[in-house]
Amino acid sequence: MAEVMSTSRAINAAMRVAMAEDPRVFLAGEDIGVYGGAFGVTDGLLGEFGAERVRDTPISEDIIVGMAVGAAITGMRPVIEMQFSDFVVNAMDPLVNQAAKLHFMYGGNVTVPMVLRLPGGGGTGAAEQHSQSLEAWFAHVPGLKVVAPSTPQDAHDLLLASINDPDPVVLVEHKLLYKAEGPVEVRGSLAEVDAAFAGTVPRRTGGDLTIVSYSRGCAVALDAAEALAADGVEATVLDLRSLRPLDLGPVIASVTATGRLLVTHEAPGPVGVGAEVVAGVVGSEAFDHLLVPPVRVTGRDNPMPYAPGLERATIPQVEDVVAAARRLMAEDD
Amino acid sequence: MPRVDPSTPEGARAALTTMWTIRRFEEALEDLYSRGLLHGTNHLSIGQEAVAVGVCGALEEGDLITSTHRGHGHCLAHGADPMRMMAELLGRVDGYCRGRGGSMHIADVDAGNLGANGIVAGSMTIAAGAALSMRMQGRDAVVVCFFGDGAANEGSFHEALNLAGVWGLPVLFLCENNQYGMSMSQDSSTAGGSVAARGAAYGIEGRRIDGNDLDAVHAAAAEAVAGVRAGGGPALLEAVTYRYRGHSKSDRNLYRTLDEIESWRNERDPVDRFEAAAVASGRLTAEDVDAVRAEARDLLRDAVQRAVRSPEPTVDDLDGAAYAGRSTAAVA
Ligand SMILES: Cc1ncc(C[n+]2csc(CCOP(=O)(O)OP(=O)(O)O)c2C)c(N)n1
Ligand SMILES: [Mg+2]
Repeated sequence: MAEVMSTSRAINAAMRVAMAEDPRVFLAGEDIGVYGGAFGVTDGLLGEFGAERVRDTPISEDIIVGMAVGAAITGMRPVIEMQFSDFVVNAMDPLVNQAAKLHFMYGGNVTVPMVLRLPGGGGTGAAEQHSQSLEAWFAHVPGLKVVAPSTPQDAHDLLLASINDPDPVVLVEHKLLYKAEGPVEVRGSLAEVDAAFAGTVPRRTGGDLTIVSYSRGCAVALDAAEALAADGVEATVLDLRSLRPLDLGPVIASVTATGRLLVTHEAPGPVGVGAEVVAGVVGSEAFDHLLVPPVRVTGRDNPMPYAPGLERATIPQVEDVVAAARRLMAEDD
Repeated sequence: MPRVDPSTPEGARAALTTMWTIRRFEEALEDLYSRGLLHGTNHLSIGQEAVAVGVCGALEEGDLITSTHRGHGHCLAHGADPMRMMAELLGRVDGYCRGRGGSMHIADVDAGNLGANGIVAGSMTIAAGAALSMRMQGRDAVVVCFFGDGAANEGSFHEALNLAGVWGLPVLFLCENNQYGMSMSQDSSTAGGSVAARGAAYGIEGRRIDGNDLDAVHAAAAEAVAGVRAGGGPALLEAVTYRYRGHSKSDRNLYRTLDEIESWRNERDPVDRFEAAAVASGRLTAEDVDAVRAEARDLLRDAVQRAVRSPEPTVDDLDGAAYAGRSTAAVA
């Protein structure tokens, strides 16, 4: 039975399910205990599971992630919170040189079943060093998996699937989604979520154009699609959910039908996820069905500024997506 | 009970055999390299054998180690099969990592070696996590984290000691101080001049020991490990030693004198010293020593011969190999 809850509650509920079921699962991060985490995601878990399994760490991102790697290769299932995604920069060695490499480099003799939760994205006024969308970095690294939920249900399910996964998973959480509410069916166990489920899914269907996004970009895309519908333009909105591996099959199928592709995300455009999606579609059988060149609507190519107007201008807005979609519709008429 | 007790004749023989195995192994690498049969680079620990052998001999079954880019000695001392190590260095399928890792990345997980690491101090945070893991699982294993003097200037060193200190983790940090990073001496790189002294900042007892005296290394490690195992929290040892060879293949030895190298080799060699001490104390006879040398030589000859016969891996071995689970897109 689904109940309405916020994304942060949905993530919290997933942790509770996993912790209750599997003694190997533990949480670690800065101020995740009594404080409940910077965004309240781990609220209440310390009281329920105790300080041995809900571990407040020193402000030491390198060892937080490196510790998780060491625990994971010796039989535990750590779930790590970076207080802000930006701080993962202090932990690039354990994430990129260690977690992503060890299974391969040691000839399959170890597995690294760890989850790294990254609260990212802008729109909170926190400016340059607390607002980034760094997912493309991690999607670039063989050995990592990257998932980015857009709904409370997916946040719940993707966390469970990630904990159940034998590989290191980076979970991209947009801070503005934490308070967003939606129906959530709380799962009874880890196994209820099939790790292979995280493919691309439609959030809306329409025959005129295909809009692809992930994470908070999906909400922007859906609002844009509603505005377009008022003009009689029907868009399909696809949610990638997993950025590595990337499931382009549904994108290719949709573009084959609509002939128009728009990709939108908050991260800057250059060498980003959108470029990968466009390249994948252009290089596929959908190429012959394209009526117009694909477009990207991405974060402005500058660090996230502080002033509200500048911050807004840096993050793709609904009207930006609508305008780009209208141009796409006009071009071949 | 430690696996090896060098104060007994059997233990002395075992320790000497392992030291000679390490030395012969690395000499075999030099030989293969000079004949063009070995590619890549490698970091030799010739001159440092007493550290690996003394420390690993003081461990018990089930104890874990993490190693470094200069890790052949740790690996062999912790029970690795020289033939599978050699196969790894030759890039063959019978290598510990199926030929994917090479010299700097050998892991022998079954024996408790969680892996060498190409990143200076890269294994220090991993060792702390493994120690936490042992404690959370109720196992009384100790983790030994080998690292170099150069690694003590990485942030990871400080973060690892701090976390291990504040959480009381069962880990022995073992600094193999060969007095240089690549070319930079410890004096010029390390404020305060001592790695051991840094332990105090984290509430960890640090001791500096003679890393070329196998008996001393073994005794210090056994004592430290016993304290860690008893729940005393982490320990730190700084074993002073010396590498005779260059840092790696590209080294032209411009940062130290031949005299310095010769004096360590001639006056303080760990193998020579242990042989002399073991014979003087009656643990071994001169014949025993000769027999051990011959044994190590034969062991290595056989290992090389078998390793070169191992096939090279094929490219299809790479497909999906970066992941233990699903590596391709889901079918929705
Ligand atoms: C993070 C990182 N920085 C630099 C290097 C290059 N490098 C490899 S070994 C080494 C020297 C390390 O010195 P030390 O820790 O004393 O170990 P030793 O080589 O003396 O055994 C350097 C600079 C590296 N592998 N990783
Ligand atoms: Mg050194």
